[in-house]
Amino acid sequence: MRHRLPELGSLLAVAVLLSVLPFTLSDYNISLVAQVGIFFVAVLGLNILTGYTGQISIGHGAFMAIGGYTTAVMSRDHDTNLVVTMLMAFAICFVVGLLVGLPALRLSGVYLALATFALAVSVPQLPLKWSKFLGGSGGVQSHRTVTHLWLYGAAWIASAILFALAWLILRGRIGRAFRAARDSEIAAVASGIELPIYKTLAFGISAAYAGVAGALFVMGTNGFAQPSEFGVFLSLQLLVGAAVAGLGSLWGILAGAAFVGLLPTVSGSVPVIGSAHGRNVVFGAAVILVMLLLPEGFAGLLTRLRRLARA
Amino acid sequence: MVAAATSRLESLCSRTAVPATSLLLLAGATGLLVGSLRSSIFAQLTVQGLALGSVYGSLALALVLVYRATHVVNFAQGELAMATTYVAWQLIQWGLSYWEAFAVTLAIAFVLGTVLQVVLIRPVQHRSVIAAVIVTVGLFILIDGVVDWVWGSALKFMPSPFGTKTYDVGGVSISRLYPGMFLVVLASVLLVWALFRFTKLGLAMRAAALRPAESALVGVRVDWMLAIGWGLAAVLGAVAGLMAEPSQFVLQPTLMQPILVYAFAAAVLGGLESPAGAVIGGLAIGVSLTLVVQYVHPITSDLQTPVAFAVLVGVLLLKPSGLFGQREVRRV
Amino acid sequence: MTALLELEDVEARYGPVHVLHGISLAVEEGSVVAVLGPNGAGKTTTLRAVSGTVRRAGRIRFAGRALDRLGPAAVARLGVAHVPEGRGTFSELTVWENLRLGGYTRRGSIQPELERVFTYFPWLSERRRQQAGTLSGGEQQMLALARAFVHRPRLLLLDEPSLGLAPVLVAELFRIVRELNEDEGLTVLVVEQNAHLALQAADAGYVLEAGRVALAGTSAELRADDSVRRSYLGY
Ligand SMILES: Nc1ncnc2c1ncn2[C@@H]1O[C@H](COP(=O)(O)OP(=O)(O)O)[C@@H](O)[C@H]1O
Ligand SMILES: [Mg+2]
Repeated sequence: MRHRLPELGSLLAVAVLLSVLPFTLSDYNISLVAQVGIFFVAVLGLNILTGYTGQISIGHGAFMAIGGYTTAVMSRDHDTNLVVTMLMAFAICFVVGLLVGLPALRLSGVYLALATFALAVSVPQLPLKWSKFLGGSGGVQSHRTVTHLWLYGAAWIASAILFALAWLILRGRIGRAFRAARDSEIAAVASGIELPIYKTLAFGISAAYAGVAGALFVMGTNGFAQPSEFGVFLSLQLLVGAAVAGLGSLWGILAGAAFVGLLPTVSGSVPVIGSAHGRNVVFGAAVILVMLLLPEGFAGLLTRLRRLARA
Repeated sequence: MVAAATSRLESLCSRTAVPATSLLLLAGATGLLVGSLRSSIFAQLTVQGLALGSVYGSLALALVLVYRATHVVNFAQGELAMATTYVAWQLIQWGLSYWEAFAVTLAIAFVLGTVLQVVLIRPVQHRSVIAAVIVTVGLFILIDGVVDWVWGSALKFMPSPFGTKTYDVGGVSISRLYPGMFLVVLASVLLVWALFRFTKLGLAMRAAALRPAESALVGVRVDWMLAIGWGLAAVLGAVAGLMAEPSQFVLQPTLMQPILVYAFAAAVLGGLESPAGAVIGGLAIGVSLTLVVQYVHPITSDLQTPVAFAVLVGVLLLKPSGLFGQREVRRV
Repeated sequence: MTALLELEDVEARYGPVHVLHGISLAVEEGSVVAVLGPNGAGKTTTLRAVSGTVRRAGRIRFAGRALDRLGPAAVARLGVAHVPEGRGTFSELTVWENLRLGGYTRRGSIQPELERVFTYFPWLSERRRQQAGTLSGGEQQMLALARAFVHRPRLLLLDEPSLGLAPVLVAELFRIVRELNEDEGLTVLVVEQNAHLALQAADAGYVLEAGRVALAGTSAELRADDSVRRSYLGY
């Protein structure tokens, strides 16, 4: 039990830090940190899928879109409480995720990457087709909007709950089955683990997390759900976040979420290239550098540092 | 000499011919021909679809070359093509004629593709699928950023390479653009094919992709061959970008994003390792998307990418090796 | 007379596994040298150390040039042809393409080399358009050898050429190697399980055991050695 202590300590430290932060930050910075919280939820979800079961997805922006549109449409048509819409986004995306996870069972590696990429490009086209219900390219405006502080609270409370949930899921039987699916399919099948069920389940859970992130994301854009906000770029960001995070560490996921939640915005203020147009130069270059320098992501770096400290 | 070349051609045909697939293609071609004879709109759409399809096919071929050489799916292939199209635009602004700019752009694309492989891909090539995917994703974002930084996101216009004339073929009027696109792409694809099939360099490139260790033993510099493969892919992509631009009438940073999805679908349809399959897959996707949008009413042009997605997933589920897969499959 | 190939204290490893512990050997220009030894002794690895397909340390000199820092492509370009264990033909390519790759480092036409090879292996000429993977095992071994001849190497590294071949073919194969050696002065370093054949064809030999040279000498000396007789010749 003793080796759990540092983990509990860091959890506590993060929690304290996050509850103090709003009192010291400007409104704008609160919205930035809220943004990190939103990405924390999504990256955590993607990490469950890619990191634990080894199924790659470049399509999680699509699930965020579904979650976001759930919130916007429910608020527009029924003035549903926004917190309730988050639960609905979770449930709907869980089901959609299971449905996507079924065919995904037969794909792996680059093929799954291709299929999910195409999903990411396709889903934002749907509002254009069904524009009456989904608002076309103009988007859907929710009935209510929230303050930055409200969003901050919602994002990080959701993060905490979903992190705890992920911990509960991953520490037991299900987590073992997920890892078995990744490490050796043959061994997993031989030991009687129902691989298809667990791989599909992972897709569902992961999509549900992305759905909640999407709901929060829409609240963060003044309650406005728009196809262009959920383009390919968002899916790429999430995958990058998961890769930067590495596997199975709170600090890793925080780093991944901060990387993709802050960097595109912060890059804008890098002199010369940053300015109005070149922010993706900085972001793209950072992604490549991190991948070349930290093959195991941030979590891998931590492990290496810890090993160094012990030696 | 000629006899040797023809017999080599024959052996190639007999090796790639898959009876069921050939029949399918024959049936498709017959259908297009009959339809075109009966309706002039159908004929126009077929020509347009083939022209667009050739663009998808050449980008798909670029993806296949890269995949065969390095087993990496290059998610940045489309953005690279978009960026080289901007280079061509810039060259034209500086006073080059369209076709001069075209030639210079292809040379720049070759260098760019080669350098990217050496600098960015070589270090991750033998790591996990995910690492390689992420590096190309980073490249996607980086190229997007560079284009936006250098040229901004305002729409750009290029002179039309084929003029604005239309042909009259048996009462069907066809804009010169489409046959022009088709022929330019076809010529580039054939040149690349001939390079691979008939030259020592091409043979070495194929060998390096198939069996790197054995190739090195006969003196092939494998790393360079793979880099040149990326360079050639970038050239094919540049052709795709340059030919896609006139069909969309404007140049903007999102030029190649939908086309990348069509090219993925085409590459998967043909079998990710089959060059001929990629080109034929591109033509098939181009024609069917164009016709489906016209004749199947619930499917509007907004649904083109979702349809391509459905094709991609459908092929992966039903016949993962694609229509032309299996040949020259690499050892694990 | 100086040796064409000289290994001095060569070590090699696969990852953490240390396989060669200081091998020294010399191959005179124009000679055939055999490497014998039990399975796992490091024979294959010794050849791989020369051609640069394994990480190695120590000194390797070929025709006065240091090889120990060169990769396989560079070694091949200096005139070393390595026919690896298990043949290493390009089974997806045609017979002709395989031969063409053999002559990859040669400038200009390889027509003279091809004709020379076809005098040794006439059947290859008729099969040039056949996919190499569809040849029988013995034919593929012959093709691998033919490919190495097109290369016109100064040094030929042969790894267990008799593996999986019918006895007639093995004899044929060694006859050709010997003929090339006598007619054209080709230098050969051959790893072989069949010690009878190897010592018949070779001028000198080395016996490896557990990554070290256990015994060295001319073929006649080795044939006369008791331990070699017992372990490898079986009488
Ligand atoms: N790729 C490899 N990775 C790890 N160990 C290897 C590898 N190849 C060979 N070995 C080990 O190196 C030793 C020598 O192998 P090798 O040179 O192939 O022996 P020989 O050819 O004499 O039978 C053996 O113990 C073998 O297990
Ligand atoms: Mg051996």
